[in-house]
Amino acid sequence: MDSNSDTAAVMATSTTAAVELRGLTKHFGSVQANAGVNLRVEPGTIHGVIGENGAGKSTAMKMLYGIFPPDAGEILVNGKPCAWNSPADAIAAGIGMVHQHFMLAGPYSALDNILLGAEPLRWGMIVDRKKARAELQALASRYGLAVNWDEPIETLPVGVQQRIEILKLLYRDAQILILDEPTAVLTPQETNDLFRNLKKLRDEGKTILLITHKLREVMSFTDRVTVFRAGKVTGEVPTAQTNPQELANLMVGRKVVLNIDVPPARLREEQAIEVTDLCLAGTVAGSRHKLTEISFSVKRGEIVGIAGVEGNGQTELLQAILHPRDPRCRTSGTVKFLGEDVTSYETLRIRDLGVAVIPEDRQQEGLLLERPVSENFLLGLQRSPAFSHAGFLNSTNLQKAAAQAVEEYDVRPRDLTLPAGKLSGGNQQKLIVAREFQRKPRVLIAAQPTRGVDVGAIEFIHNRIVRARDEGAGVLLVSFELDDILTLSDRVLVMYEGRIVAEFSRSEVSERELGLKMAGS
Amino acid sequence: MTAQLVASTLRVSTPLIFAALGGMFCERSGVINIALEGMMLMGAFGAAVGTLVSHSPWLGSVCGMGAGVALAAIYGLFVIRLRANQIVAGMAINMLAMGLTPFICKILYDVTGSTPSIPIAERFQSAPLYLSWGLVVICFLWMRYTPTGLWVSFAGEHPEALAAAGIRVNRVRWVAVLVSGALAGMGGASLSIFLSSSFSRDMTAGRGFMALAALIFGKWKPLPTALACLLFGFADAVQIRLQGVALWGDQPIPVQFIQILPYLVTILVLAGFVGRSRAPKALGTAFQEG
Repeated sequence: MDSNSDTAAVMATSTTAAVELRGLTKHFGSVQANAGVNLRVEPGTIHGVIGENGAGKSTAMKMLYGIFPPDAGEILVNGKPCAWNSPADAIAAGIGMVHQHFMLAGPYSALDNILLGAEPLRWGMIVDRKKARAELQALASRYGLAVNWDEPIETLPVGVQQRIEILKLLYRDAQILILDEPTAVLTPQETNDLFRNLKKLRDEGKTILLITHKLREVMSFTDRVTVFRAGKVTGEVPTAQTNPQELANLMVGRKVVLNIDVPPARLREEQAIEVTDLCLAGTVAGSRHKLTEISFSVKRGEIVGIAGVEGNGQTELLQAILHPRDPRCRTSGTVKFLGEDVTSYETLRIRDLGVAVIPEDRQQEGLLLERPVSENFLLGLQRSPAFSHAGFLNSTNLQKAAAQAVEEYDVRPRDLTLPAGKLSGGNQQKLIVAREFQRKPRVLIAAQPTRGVDVGAIEFIHNRIVRARDEGAGVLLVSFELDDILTLSDRVLVMYEGRIVAEFSRSEVSERELGLKMAGS
Repeated sequence: MTAQLVASTLRVSTPLIFAALGGMFCERSGVINIALEGMMLMGAFGAAVGTLVSHSPWLGSVCGMGAGVALAAIYGLFVIRLRANQIVAGMAINMLAMGLTPFICKILYDVTGSTPSIPIAERFQSAPLYLSWGLVVICFLWMRYTPTGLWVSFAGEHPEALAAAGIRVNRVRWVAVLVSGALAGMGGASLSIFLSSSFSRDMTAGRGFMALAALIFGKWKPLPTALACLLFGFADAVQIRLQGVALWGDQPIPVQFIQILPYLVTILVLAGFVGRSRAPKALGTAFQEG
C-alpha cells in the first residue's frame, strides 16, 4: 500500500486532477455517511470507486454532483474549488451523472428526456427540437449510439435507455462522467458495449468515475481504483497493481473468500420441485404470455439456477410457484413440491411441507420493517409448536431461539428489539436466511439472495445455501447476478421473455454462452 | 331550441374549463388538486366583491384570481413545503373556503347568504367564454412547446429526473399550484359575475370536483379535458332546460331528480373511464430536495 500512495503523490504533483475531494464529510442525522473522504481522479482515466453498500461512495458522488452540500471539506474540479448549490452548477462545470435508477420519464420521448433542462430555444421561448435532433444525430453517429428519438422511453429496452442516459451527458458536453452501478440491469453483451464506449470516451480525454461493487468490472475496465469502507477511503491503487482479492479485503476490512468452493452435488432420488407446463396469460417484454409452458424439476440435494435479465418473467415464475391457487399468478400448468401436487394448496400449507423462501424483495415481502428483529424472526413460524401454545406465543422460547439464530447467522447488531428496518441490507438478508433455515428446509427457493448485499455477506449467504443443499434441500435459485448463478448452480436454466430458452449443466456453462441466451439469441 | 342548448352548454362549461385547466397544471406537476372546489368558491366570492367595489368585471376577475392564488399559496405551503397529505390538506382548503366566504360576506354586507346583486352592465356578457377557449389552445401549446411545459410534465412524472437535470422541482410545483389557483379563481369568477349576478353561498356546488373529473377523463391533456368539460356542461344545460318540463302526463318531474343529471354523468364517466387513463406517476407524492 505504501508504494501505491507514493505513486499517487508523484502523480499529484505532476498534473492537475480532474476531480479532487479533500476531507469530505457528511452526516445524515446521527449517521456519518462520509468521514473525511479524500479522492483524486486524473483527467482522461476511468477511475473505479468501489465499496460495500452504505460505505459512502454514492454519498460522495452525489456531493460532487451537487445534489447535497458537504458538511465539511472541499471539492476541486480541474484544480478550482467548487461550492455547488444544485446539480445545475455541477452540470455547468462539465460534470454529468448516470444514476443507478435511470432518470428517464416513461411516457415521454427519448428526445425530450435528453434535452430536459438544456433545451435549445427558438424565439427565446419555444423548444427547438429540430436543432436538438440534428445535434444528437451527429453525436449518436460519432459514438455509434443509435436511438429512435421519438419513441416513448418505456418502450425501449434498458440497454437503449442507458445509451440515452449517456447521450444526455454528451449532449451537455460533460467532461467528467459519473456512472453509478451502470451494469446492474445489463446483459453481459450490453455491458461489453457500454465499456467499449466508455473507453472510446476516455481516449477522447473525458474522465470517467465508475461506481460499482463488481470486482470483475473494476479489474477489466478501470485505470485506478479507490476503495471505500464505512465512510472512509481505505485504499487507492492502480488497477494493474492489484487483484480482486486485495480489493475485496479492502472493502470488507478482513480476509474474504471470493469464490467459495462448491463441492459436487450428491443428488437424492426424490424430486423437490416439479413444474409442468406452467403458463400465465398477459404480456412480458415482447412475448405473448408472461409465462409460456415452463417445465423443469429440481431434485433434492441440487441447486438449479435461473439466469436472465431482470423483467423476463422471473418474478412471475416465483409468484406462480408460491401462489399456484391464485389465477393472477398461474393460468394453467401444475406445481409439485416433494412429489405432492400443491396446485390447489394455500401458501401456508405449501410452506408447512418444508418450503423455505428467501423473497425477491426483502423489504416488501420478507420483513416487517417497523417491527423488532425477534418478531420478524417469528414470521411464518407463529403457529409452530415450538413458539406457540394454545394460541398464545411462547415468548421465552422465541427470545431464546431468536438470540441463538442472530448469533449463529451473525446478524449485526445483536439487538432483538431493534426494528428490522434499521438493519443494513446485508443484515436484513441474514435475518431472513436465519428465519427460513430454522425450518430445516427440504425445498429452498432463493430469489436474488445477494441483491444489495455486501461482499462479506455474499460469502456467508453462498455458504449457507450450499450447506442447505448438502443437507438435502432442493434449491431453486433465481438471480440477475451471474456470479450467484455461476458459483452456486449445479444446473442453469435461462429465462427469456417468459420462457426457459436454454439449460446448461455446471461443467458446460460458459459466461459468453449464457449471455447470448439471456439476450434471446 | 338546439342553438339555445348549444349556447347554454358553452356558457355553463366556461367555469369548468378554467378550473380544469388550472387543475391540469397542478396535477401534471405532481400535486393532487382536490382543493379546486375551494379555490373556485373563493374566486367567485373575490370576483363578486371586486366587481361591486370597482364596477368593472375585469378588475373583479383579477380580484377573484387573487383570492384563488391566496388560497393556493396556503395549499402549497402545506403540501409542497411541509409535505402534508395532499388529499387531507385539499379537503381542509375546501372547508376553509366554505367557512371563510360567508364569514367575510357577513362582515362586508351583513348577510351570510349572498352578496348584493351586480348590475348587468357591470357583469361579463361573453368574454370569459372566449377567454377560456383561447386559454385551452395556449395551454396545449404551452405544455408541448415550451421548456417550462416540459418541466411541469417531468415534475409530475419523474421529479428525480428533473432534479438531476438541474431544475428545482419544488419551484416548478409552486408555480404550477399558484397558476392553478389563479385559473380556478377565474373559473369561480365566471360563475359569479358571468353566469349569475352575485355570489351566493356554496355556489360552486361541486363544480371543482367536476372539473377534476373532466381532467381525469381528459387524461390530463388540455384539449380532451376541455371536451370533457363540454360534456359535463351539456348535462348541466339539459338539466336546466328540463326543469319544469312535463314528460309524462301533466306533472313535471321533481326538480331534485333533474338536478342529479350532471352529477350522475360525472359518476358514470369516472366509473367507466378512470381505470383507463393514466395519471402522472409522481402524482400525490411530495418531493424532498437534496
